[in-house]
Amino acid sequence: MNEKTSRAQSKGILTRFSSALAKTRSQFGNGVSSLLLGRRQLDEHILEELRTQLLMSDVGVAATDRLLDNLSRAVRKKKLRDGESALQALRLDIGQAVAPLQKEFKVSAPRPFVILVVGVNGVGKTTTIGKLSHHLQNQGHSVLLAAGDTYRAAAIEQLQVWGHRTGVIVISQRPGADSASVIHDAVEAAAARDIEVVLADTAGRLQNKSNLMAELSKIRRVVQRYDASAPHETLLVLDANIGQNAITQVQEFKEAANVSGLIVTKLDGSAKAGVILGIAEEDPLPLYFVGLGESQDDLQPFDAHAYANGLFDS
Amino acid sequence: MFDNLTNKLTQTFSGIRTRKLTENNVAEAIREVRTALLEADVALEVVIPFVEAVRKKSVGREFVASVRPGDMFVKFVHDELVSLMGTEVSSLELRASKKPAVILMAGLQGTGKTTTVAKLARYLQNEQEQKVATVSADVYRPAAIEQLRVLSEAANAHFIATTADEQPVKIVKNAVSVTQDLGFDTLIVDTAGRLAIDDDMMAEIRELHDSLQPSETLFVVDAMTGQDAAKTARTFDRVLPLTGVVLTKADGDARGGAALSVRAITHKPIKFLGTGESIDGLELFHPDRLASRILGMGDILGLVEEAEKKVDVDASERVVKRMLRGTTFTFDDMREQIKQMSDMGGMASVLSRLPTAPNVKVKETDDDVIRKHAIIIDSMTAKERAFPNLLNIPSRKKRVAAGSGTRIQDVNFTIRKFKQMQKATKRLGRMGRSSKMLAQLEQMMGENK
Repeated sequence: MNEKTSRAQSKGILTRFSSALAKTRSQFGNGVSSLLLGRRQLDEHILEELRTQLLMSDVGVAATDRLLDNLSRAVRKKKLRDGESALQALRLDIGQAVAPLQKEFKVSAPRPFVILVVGVNGVGKTTTIGKLSHHLQNQGHSVLLAAGDTYRAAAIEQLQVWGHRTGVIVISQRPGADSASVIHDAVEAAAARDIEVVLADTAGRLQNKSNLMAELSKIRRVVQRYDASAPHETLLVLDANIGQNAITQVQEFKEAANVSGLIVTKLDGSAKAGVILGIAEEDPLPLYFVGLGESQDDLQPFDAHAYANGLFDS
Repeated sequence: MFDNLTNKLTQTFSGIRTRKLTENNVAEAIREVRTALLEADVALEVVIPFVEAVRKKSVGREFVASVRPGDMFVKFVHDELVSLMGTEVSSLELRASKKPAVILMAGLQGTGKTTTVAKLARYLQNEQEQKVATVSADVYRPAAIEQLRVLSEAANAHFIATTADEQPVKIVKNAVSVTQDLGFDTLIVDTAGRLAIDDDMMAEIRELHDSLQPSETLFVVDAMTGQDAAKTARTFDRVLPLTGVVLTKADGDARGGAALSVRAITHKPIKFLGTGESIDGLELFHPDRLASRILGMGDILGLVEEAEKKVDVDASERVVKRMLRGTTFTFDDMREQIKQMSDMGGMASVLSRLPTAPNVKVKETDDDVIRKHAIIIDSMTAKERAFPNLLNIPSRKKRVAAGSGTRIQDVNFTIRKFKQMQKATKRLGRMGRSSKMLAQLEQMMGENK
């Protein structure tokens, strides 16, 4: 579409991952690690520094307190000597806390395999579907898109552009059409054409709008008329910029739409999505992918270890 | 958390008998404030000086016996919030000397810039009778231009067509000259969402700004934003001379700490709240009300103002007078209440402005229930509305159910609600008008969980 896209596409995935991180680093310095790498004697000041870093990464008060308690306990037992060993211990702790979220995303037997994509407004659902379509095609799957966001202006056109880009069929109806019926049609169309995966877009909705949340249950029911086991995955898209409200989003969407996995977008910015730690504590769900940009290659499997390191920019 | 901060703070002082706030007896309350602000996503760098200021103000203060220390402390927090957020409501300042006056939108991806452009266009046309044009310089996101076209049409604003192969700077230059020729008052420029750390894209918006010389450069921020709101706002404010902020998705259940962060860091006024996806979901921002909302004191001012604007004063006076006289509460009165409530934007909108009192969780379906009450009442005869006992007759009930397309059970439910309200009204004789309304709201909502 524009130079920006092609520019990003020309680089390899790893290069882009590290360049995204480097961008963050150069802008905001080395965060806490530069302070600690000097092997300073471990003291209250350093612990406070670490607390600050966690809170500023949206880790939240409760999860931060828990991490710092663990750390203080290790300090009292004289297991940690200096700042650097404290940082290492903290990274390890965080990595372990989010490790249960790391899980490979797999398309399994039911055909078509229906993936419903849900989330609040503006988190990047449609873009994520474009990227996911590309990812699944790279894995050798055939894909079809369902333009289930019939509400937002030009959402259908936006998905059609992605369909064109990734070379897949997009099933759509008029704006304002019934979302459930669009998705049902798409599932039938995929079956008729022997396509393996249906990626269904839905309109963004705030989780406190109970009538809009109820619509998600309706979509599920209608899809189940075709295949009682569908949707086979319901992915909730979370925006890395969102703070503690993400926890409520997970709770409410889980209740209304039986969410089976998460995708965190916009991690290429300066926001760190520390709230993932809170989610790991409250509502652990597989976090399949993270979004790192606007082009089709910018979708990465979540890596707990890389995430733990990323919180401290090292 | 925010909702009951006041209660929590009052509780932390409940054991305190002295007439002086000391370092020791405010420590716990300070921690509560700090936690509540962080949980509400206020940036840490804003929280720290904030609680420090509250601590300084409160420690060492003596007070008279009639004041509870908790209330005193709450007042200090309130004052500090007000001094941070300011008290003035600020609207758009569009230079009349320059036609068209330009509004430039800026922000991260997905914050709601395009929707806000359409809402602003509608606002300026309706409230200020301006001739408004819109243009999109978002050549990156697929169908972003089409989205603005559709929304502008809905807002009745003139949309200047562009394509994704054009250069953003050329797009805006052209838009200015076109709108100048056609005599438009205001041009609103939508831009692509961009990350604050994307130097190329930040340079691009700077260039757009230099070329446009806008009257207003509005930073659009999602009310759900976390800690990073501070960094992002700082970078946008450094690159662009921002003139104000629009806080979007404010109808969600996020506590909106980003409003405090952005204000504290940029010192720019929050001018509008975006609420909902429909094109009229834009409100002026009242900073003083935010303070009350954070503390859980409720947005009484907002409710009163809204009520005065929309409610038929005569009708509500009639209802109140009847109540005060103790005249029987009839279905007509209930219908009147429902009408007033929906005029004020429904149950959730009314309750969100009241103090902590309502101990009921508002669901949007509550409004559906109430709408159903209205339909059922509308299917009654005038006589039935005035003499509710007539509805004890089964054939009448059946007729009302058929007329309203509901079931007998629904009619029974409405009658039961009505009787509860009638009973409550009798008890309300000596209450003030607003608490009476609240009590009735609670009646109407309770039990249908």
